[in-house]
Amino acid sequence: MAKLKSLLDLEELRKSIVAARDPSKLCITICSGTGCHAYASEKVAEAFSSEIEQRGLSGKIDLRRTGCHGFCERGPIVVIFPDEICYLSVKPEDVSEIVSETLIHKKIVERLLYVGDDGKPISNENDIPFYKSQIRIVFGDNRLIDPQSIEDYLALGGYAALAKALFEMTPEEVIEVIKKSNLRGRGGGGFPAGIKWETTRNAPGDAKYVIVNADEGDPGAYMDRSLLEGNPHSVLEGLIIGAYAIGANQGYVYVRQEYPLAVDNVSVAIDQMRELGLLGEKILGTGFDFDIIVHRGAGAFVSGESSALMTAIEGRVGEPRPKYVRTAVSGIHGRPSNLNNVETWANVPLIIKHGADWFRGVGTEGSKGTKIFSLVGKVKHTGLVEVPMGMPLREIIYDIGGGIRDNKKFKAVQTGGPSGGVIPESLLNLPVDFDELSKAGSMMGSGGMIVMDEDTCVVDVARYFLNFLADESCGKCIPCREGIQQMLVVLNRICEGNGTDDDLEILTDLGDMMRDCSLCALGQTAPNPVLSTIQYFREEYEEHIKNHRCPAGVCKELINYYIDPEKCQACMICMRNCPVGAIEGGKNIVHVIMQEKCTKCGTCLEVCPPRFSAVSKLSGVEIPEVAAGGIKVR
Amino acid sequence: MEQDLTKVDEIVDKYESNDESLIQILLDIQNEYRWLSKPILSRVCDRLDIPLVRAYHIATFYKHFSLLPQGRHSVSVCLGTACHVRGANRLLDRVTQAIGIEPGQTTPDEKFTLNTVNCLGCCALGPAMVIDGEYRSNLGAKELAEIVAGAD
Repeated sequence: MAKLKSLLDLEELRKSIVAARDPSKLCITICSGTGCHAYASEKVAEAFSSEIEQRGLSGKIDLRRTGCHGFCERGPIVVIFPDEICYLSVKPEDVSEIVSETLIHKKIVERLLYVGDDGKPISNENDIPFYKSQIRIVFGDNRLIDPQSIEDYLALGGYAALAKALFEMTPEEVIEVIKKSNLRGRGGGGFPAGIKWETTRNAPGDAKYVIVNADEGDPGAYMDRSLLEGNPHSVLEGLIIGAYAIGANQGYVYVRQEYPLAVDNVSVAIDQMRELGLLGEKILGTGFDFDIIVHRGAGAFVSGESSALMTAIEGRVGEPRPKYVRTAVSGIHGRPSNLNNVETWANVPLIIKHGADWFRGVGTEGSKGTKIFSLVGKVKHTGLVEVPMGMPLREIIYDIGGGIRDNKKFKAVQTGGPSGGVIPESLLNLPVDFDELSKAGSMMGSGGMIVMDEDTCVVDVARYFLNFLADESCGKCIPCREGIQQMLVVLNRICEGNGTDDDLEILTDLGDMMRDCSLCALGQTAPNPVLSTIQYFREEYEEHIKNHRCPAGVCKELINYYIDPEKCQACMICMRNCPVGAIEGGKNIVHVIMQEKCTKCGTCLEVCPPRFSAVSKLSGVEIPEVAAGGIKVR
Repeated sequence: MEQDLTKVDEIVDKYESNDESLIQILLDIQNEYRWLSKPILSRVCDRLDIPLVRAYHIATFYKHFSLLPQGRHSVSVCLGTACHVRGANRLLDRVTQAIGIEPGQTTPDEKFTLNTVNCLGCCALGPAMVIDGEYRSNLGAKELAEIVAGAD
């Protein structure tokens, strides 16, 4: 393709792409995000490709590998356009039937459809309850685009917002629109993006930088990856608009090495942009020059902090520094640098295109627009969901997420990753936005939403996060380095049944100290998982401390597995599966777990046939004695 | 046996001997050689004209780097939050039992290296693990034993 040298060139190119496409032509889209890829979506795509060829349909049917659709629980997802028939959990062996039934004979393969609670199958993707109450303004195009095709992005109006900014607006006007939209940073703290941009623009210095933070490190959160992977141009378009507004000529994408597909897709996107002249000198014939470098992160949670990330871009170890002077004023090489996360940048083209008032039409008083959450854990429909700010937690978890798996009871939901907290059932009607979550002792974070059921121990969850943070703390400041270690010592002892009456007070004191004294947000927010669980689940901590009992049956040191002699049918299954040979008994002789040999791996409980359910977990009670010599099965 | 450092030079050349790209250079070398030996790090630092300690600082700070040789097969168990609440620790117990090493270790025959990671981002599969780039969901003891026995 020739370089675009003017606004007219861009519009001509778009017209020619759109004209060459027939919206009524059959098109098979296959979700090829990392989640579906793990479910072998590539094999499904290959099967379609060879099936189409074998049946001589090449040219009549398009095949498109798209980004993540969001409904990861039921991947690989195949959607057939123009009717948007959605098939779930598709396997390579289903492909031949889909081609002959749906593509040739226009019939629906019912067994691959989503089946609603009322037993009725649903064929259109948009009618599936998981998608129905979502508003997918940022994430929605993922399903329509091959992330490695800039034509697909242009066909949907891509880079029109950039053109609008460059040809119709001054940099100051762009900043005004972003300020007016009240777009808040989607990466953690929720700082207003427009104000940050303005600070960077007004900071002294000629060379300025803009950066995409794709160092998504919260365990259990993957929306930024899916966005960068699935629609890289939307993020990069936001970045160029930001660069124009701020006056930067150099941009960076800081993306984790652990996200190879995102690295690939964003690199391909940048090459395509250079080829078209959307990057480089005199973009679209204007006087604006801009280019982007991809920097891969090598695996450090703390490097997602703005000053640490910028140090890493300079080729040094990514540790944070005190931010008396903001990175907006002194960032990469001491120059003004504006960092926003993936989702924040992806909102920018939409706001420029549709205006601040359109963006403000969705959301709550203080939090405008939508937010993508990664809804995971013990929820029925694991996946990525984009909802308007202010939607109550209950609606997200039950209406979209389908409720709790395996008919268990809801216990809590954790938001904000290691910096966030847990929210109990009593607050399920909480409208989800930046301020409400903070008030509840948690935070938005980047959008991880981990659902926990009655089988989850909140003390163990708090310990889990502290373990994670102990590993990830860079060790530069003492409150964080030592504070986390000491909190972990206390939590370990509680989980092992050696907690003392002072422990909760020690944890609270340590937490307050860390919040006030740590150098960066990692240490300042590290106590949140502990403090919020103490706030809402104090009695569960007390059970561990006073009665040496783990009510959820998770803390290994506080539980024992036990075979009920009344129920055991001596089927030998658990005996054969026990990895350490800790089960005694025999044919017709009731099985007994030798507690001193047992490693508490839980295999016996998993394999005991449900019709017997003889194995149970005991906590806080004596293990009943079983008569020596073996009891015969009744 | 002396290590062939030709690829190291090629990678440094690719980044035009720019020390700002040190982390990127080490990432490429790690992916090529599977570990960072002392001769490798020395060569990189000579070529970039920087002190050796700067490379070691980075190599020991970031998770992706290894200062020890890695096994031919890489096994990573996800300990992300979603996997954690779905029983990742029990999966990890089974994996350590099947391979016979702890996380961070390599088997003496350099066949397997076992690691834990903090989120693979495929939470729907949880508890999840990756074996040589292939994602697997909650494998049982039997399947794990078969995989271990079947690996070359």
